[in-house]
Amino acid sequence: MRRWAGKLGFALLVALILFYTLFPFYWAVVSSLKSGADLFLVEAWPRAPAWGNYTAVFQDQPFGRNILNSVFVAGAVVLVSLALAASAAFALARVSFRGRGLLLGTLLCVSMFPQVAVLSGLFELIRALGLYNNLLGLVLSYLIFTLPFTIWVLTAFLRELPLELEEAAAMDGATPFVTLTRIFLPLMAPAMVTTGLLAFIAAWNEFLFALTLTLTNEMRTVPVAIAMITGSSRYELPWGLIMAASVIVTVPLVLLVLVFQRRLVAGLTAGAVKG
Amino acid sequence: MVTPRTAWLFLAPALLVLALVAGWPLGRTIFFSLTDARLDALEEWRFAGLSNYAFLLTDPDWWGAVRVTLVFAVVSVSIETMLGLVIALTLNARMRGRGLVRAAMLVPWAIPTVVSAQMWAWMLHDQHGVVNAALMGMGVIAQPLAWTAEPGLALAAVIAVDVWKSTPFMALLMLAALQLVPNELYEAAKVDGLGPVGTFFRITLPLIWPALLVAILFRTMDALRVFDLMYVLTGNSRATASMSVHARQLLVDFQDVGYGSAAATMVALVVALVAVALVTLGRLRLSPAGRA
Repeated sequence: MRRWAGKLGFALLVALILFYTLFPFYWAVVSSLKSGADLFLVEAWPRAPAWGNYTAVFQDQPFGRNILNSVFVAGAVVLVSLALAASAAFALARVSFRGRGLLLGTLLCVSMFPQVAVLSGLFELIRALGLYNNLLGLVLSYLIFTLPFTIWVLTAFLRELPLELEEAAAMDGATPFVTLTRIFLPLMAPAMVTTGLLAFIAAWNEFLFALTLTLTNEMRTVPVAIAMITGSSRYELPWGLIMAASVIVTVPLVLLVLVFQRRLVAGLTAGAVKG
Repeated sequence: MVTPRTAWLFLAPALLVLALVAGWPLGRTIFFSLTDARLDALEEWRFAGLSNYAFLLTDPDWWGAVRVTLVFAVVSVSIETMLGLVIALTLNARMRGRGLVRAAMLVPWAIPTVVSAQMWAWMLHDQHGVVNAALMGMGVIAQPLAWTAEPGLALAAVIAVDVWKSTPFMALLMLAALQLVPNELYEAAKVDGLGPVGTFFRITLPLIWPALLVAILFRTMDALRVFDLMYVLTGNSRATASMSVHARQLLVDFQDVGYGSAAATMVALVVALVAVALVTLGRLRLSPAGRA
C-alpha cells in the first residue's frame, strides 16, 4: 500500500514538472489557432481551429525573409566559429606552451561578458566596415559569444584523446596541419556537431545586437521580428499572430532537441562542469 | 611534435577575430565613456574626463537599474537552483521515458527568450490572460491583475518567466552531476542507516557541490546581463529596467554615447566583481564541503 502511494506521488510529481514545462507551448498553439474574438475565450481547445494567423504572419510582414535571415546568420556563424575554433582548440589542447592557462581563462571571461559593454564600440566598427543593417555585420558580431565557448568545449573534448595519436602522426612525418585535418578533425566530428548546434541556437536566439545593428524590416532576424509585431501601442496587440510566429520558430527547435537531446546535454555539461 | 610557435599560428585566426570584434569595441566603449560623443555624430566628441561616471553615481535611474538587476539575479537564481535540484532529484530516479522528459525540459532553454517573453506576456495578459482566469477560477484573486504593467508585480512576473525558462537548464546540469555519484555510496548509506535527508546532505550534496557551484556561477552571470526578457515583457519601464536595458536606452534611444558607454562599462565592472566574489567564496566553501 505504501509502495503504491509512493509510486503515485512520484508519477504526479513528474506530471507536474511536465505540465509546468510544456503548458506555455500548448497555450501558444491553442491561441495561434483562434481568430477574432475567440482569442479572448479561455478554453482548452479552440472550437473552430483556424489557420488564418499562420498565413497572415507571412503576409503582414516579411516573416519568411526574417526566417531566411536567421538561418543564414546562424548557419554562417556556426561554420566560421567551428573552423576557427577547431584550429585554436587543437593548439590549446594538444600543445603545452606558456600562457595557455591564462588564454583559456580569458576566453571563459569573454564568454560571460555582458554584451552591452561592447555595444557602442561595435556599432562604430560595424558602421565603419559598411556593414550596418547588413547580415554580415551580425555574423561578425555574433562571433564574440560563439567563438569563446566553441573553443572551450572543443578543447575539453580534444584533451581526452590519447597522446599516441600525435606520436604516430609524427612518426609518419605528418605536418601539424595534416595532423589536425587528417587525424583530429574526423575524430572531432561528434563534438563539432554538438558545439555547432549550441552555437546555432545561441546565434538564432540573439536579440540585442540584432535589434541594434539592423534597421529595416527586411534585414531583421526572427527574434527582432517577433518582438516588433508588438508595435508601439501596448493595446490591441495581434496576439494570435504573435503566437503563430512563436509556434513557427519553436517547432524546428523542438525537433532538433528531440533528435539531439543526449548530445546537447553532453555538450552543455562539458562546457560547464569542466569550466 | 607541434612546437609552441606553431601552436600560436593555429591560434592566430581565432585570436585576431576576437581582438577585432571583442577587444577593439570594448576599448572603444571605454574610450567613449570618457567623452561626450553622440550616436548621430560619433566623430565630433570632446574629452569629458570622468564626468560621465561622476554623473552616473548620482543618477537615481542608474541605481534603480542596479537594484532591479541584483534583485532579479539573486531571487531568480535562488529559485532556479532549489527548483532545479528538486526536479533533478526526481528525474534521477529510474523510470521509463526519461529521455523524453529530458527533451521536454530542453525546449524552454532552446527557444529564443523573445519567444518565451511573448508567450508569457499573452498568458499574463490583464484582460484575457489564462493565468488570471485560472487564479480567479480557483478563488485566489478576486479580480484580474495587471502583471506586467503594475510596478509592484512586474519584477515578480519577469522573475517568474526567467524561472520557467532557466530552471530546466539548471536541472539538467545537476542531473548530469547526480548521475556521476556512484551507486555504492547510496548502498553504504542505507547499510549505515542514514535516512533520505541524511543521505542527501552528507552524500549527494557534497558530491555535486562543485557542479552546482559552476551552474550557479553561469546562471548568475547570465542573469546580471539580462536584456531581452525585460525589453520584450515590460519595455523600458523603470520598475523592471535592468542595467543592460538602461545602458542601451541611454546609448540608442537617447543617443548619448558618452553617458551610455559609461553605464555599459559599469555593467561590465559589476559583472566582473560578482564573478570574482562568487569564485572566491566558492573556493572557501568548497573545502569544508569536502570534509562533510
